[in-house]
Amino acid sequence: MADPGAAREVRLSVNGVERAGTAEPRLLLSDFLRHRLGLTGTHVGCEHGVCGACTVLLDGEPVRSCLVFAVQADGAALRTVEGLAGEDGELSPVQQAFHEAHGMQCGFCTPGFLISLTALLEERPQASEEELVDALSGNLCRCTGYANILAAARAARDRAAEGRA
Amino acid sequence: MKPAAFDYHAPESVDEALELLADEAVESRVLAGGQSLVPMMNFRLAVPEALVDLRRIEELRYLRIGADGALEVGARTTQAELLRDPAVTTGWPLLHDGVTHIGHPQVRSRGTVCGSLAHHDPHGELPALALALGATITVAGPAGRRQIAAEDFFVSFYEVALEPGELVVEARFPAPPAGSGWSFREIARRHGDFALVGVACLVTPAQTRLVVFGAAERPLLLADPSEVAAAVRPLDDLHASAEYRRQVAVLLAGEALAEARERADG
Repeated sequence: MADPGAAREVRLSVNGVERAGTAEPRLLLSDFLRHRLGLTGTHVGCEHGVCGACTVLLDGEPVRSCLVFAVQADGAALRTVEGLAGEDGELSPVQQAFHEAHGMQCGFCTPGFLISLTALLEERPQASEEELVDALSGNLCRCTGYANILAAARAARDRAAEGRA
Repeated sequence: MKPAAFDYHAPESVDEALELLADEAVESRVLAGGQSLVPMMNFRLAVPEALVDLRRIEELRYLRIGADGALEVGARTTQAELLRDPAVTTGWPLLHDGVTHIGHPQVRSRGTVCGSLAHHDPHGELPALALALGATITVAGPAGRRQIAAEDFFVSFYEVALEPGELVVEARFPAPPAGSGWSFREIARRHGDFALVGVACLVTPAQTRLVVFGAAERPLLLADPSEVAAAVRPLDDLHASAEYRRQVAVLLAGEALAEARERADG
């Protein structure tokens, strides 16, 4: 049997592209994305599951990548903030709404907010105000720009709802 | 903020997991959703030598209603999966409502029902819900399987009635009898935080199960709000004083019982 403490290859799909890298068991998925795959759009804030900056979609569900070991994501399909815009660079509806409503100040928390909101609106395009707040309550903005973030979330929701009508 | 090195195992069956856990020379921890264990490892409050990850054990991935009508939750079932199941929403509304108070969606998508029970944070929602609903926890170990009533499972802070080498494989929540009423209330500094103190209450035609949590080293099962003040042993810390927790526990217990009775038929 292989040494259970040794680094091993982790293969996964990130934004539709097959990627691989080596990870010792203790390497967090957040660090794997940033340091092994060079995908630095996923930000690392608190590293204990409180701030939400490192949120990614793992097999379609929003998760904190600082609370998942990279070895646990072997074989998974990931979406990160780099995968939100179209191939031609066109912003996703959620990104466009954040742009228009100025739903950011320093921008550090933005990738996590974008991913959390994308996950919600893909599951519930007509999300209620309460659902918007609940979906974003696990993401912290230390600039305290929540008013504009929620305005962006409502705009993205309204656009998503229109798109389906 | 980085965990110490450890060995990683991802067995494909319960038997294989038990073999790994049976090795007394290695301090192993079970990894399910990891939403409590991984932060503790990041802080190096937990430094296990090996992790036994349940993620490949398909036999533990289920959420079903058993022959006797009880809800059976396998050890790999996440809190998000439980919340998405309409049978839980209608049949176990107390469980559904209580679980919405756990962390945030990003935590519930990984966090498991059985993992929260095995971890036993006395401020956590699931141990209190298990106690209020009269749940039974099934554990597998070297000597086979045994069932432990929630009343006997939670021992003290982060301590449960698991023996070395044992693994929680299932939680069973009996169906509340027809005509039951329920209530779940908690006070937390922010939505998604652990409760400073909370109450889960189930009123059936036969009995009242009032559980106060966050107010002692384990959730407390009581029959009446008048027992709360004397029963609680609340912590005094920077989040809240013991006296505040005691007062809130008494208040919430009264409110929860009234609401549960209102919801009960007849």
